[in-house]
Amino acid sequence: MTCSEFLKELTDYLDESMDAQTKAELEDHLQWCHNCYVVCNTTKMTIEIYRESHLYELPDDLRGRLRTAIVSKCKGSGGVASGKPASPESK
Amino acid sequence: MGTIQPKVEEPASDELKLVHAAKAGDISAFEELVKRYDRNVFRIAQHITQNREDAEDVVQDAFLKAYQNLSRFQEQSKFYTWLVRIAVNEALMRLRRRRPERMVSLDEDIKTEDDSMPREVADWAPNPEQLYSQGELKEILGKTIQGLPPSFRTVFVLRDVEGLSTEETADALDLSVPAVKSRLLRARLQLRERLSKYFKNRVGGDGKQ
Repeated sequence: MTCSEFLKELTDYLDESMDAQTKAELEDHLQWCHNCYVVCNTTKMTIEIYRESHLYELPDDLRGRLRTAIVSKCKGSGGVASGKPASPESK
Repeated sequence: MGTIQPKVEEPASDELKLVHAAKAGDISAFEELVKRYDRNVFRIAQHITQNREDAEDVVQDAFLKAYQNLSRFQEQSKFYTWLVRIAVNEALMRLRRRRPERMVSLDEDIKTEDDSMPREVADWAPNPEQLYSQGELKEILGKTIQGLPPSFRTVFVLRDVEGLSTEETADALDLSVPAVKSRLLRARLQLRERLSKYFKNRVGGDGKQ
């Protein structure tokens, strides 16, 4: 397996969505290719850092204001069955 | 080397009951759905628009649109996937308004793959997030993801931050599974490349630039 072939499979490898034979071939490549090992490891860290970063959390006070606004707009919108598109006036 | 699996939350068993009640006009049932997903929708909206005010508007408009169109929700997918589809469309619309000079589309693809080929192969410090304060780290992560094309960062945030499956991401974005996988790989590799300059292991140094 070449490094390019390894890279093409990297997403499926990290997501564990591949057959056992392909997984074994990738892990064999990782054993001797330091560069691919580093790329694989740091890509995994990239995903974990973003997942755990709590980037763009919704603050509680804003959350409350948004919810009140949403409910009020829904009540004034004519209801579910109407299927009317959102009008600018309802904002 | 271990692999990672996203946290995929199973839909609560009462979710369909809430959807049915909301369809019948029960506003408090719909409010419960808002409570369940408002944080997710806000995060997705801010990742796509990169603008706080736009993200607030997207949250309101997406839930209002979902409420008004509930009768059209066929229940063939999870309610959340359907809601995400509405939110992504609203967010992309806001982005287009802000950047009329550029076409913003989920079909957008970068023709060359050179930008995803690893150039930086230095290993990272063992706990790279500890090299920076919380505030610095968030700034680095925000700035870095902002540099990705919208089509890449949308796939990344749905799949890797929100934990949707590849199929759910494809469904929410109206893309094929191979298209999702291709964008996801390139998004992950580009983010990794850009973060390397902040997180790489500096032997004998403190890791900071």
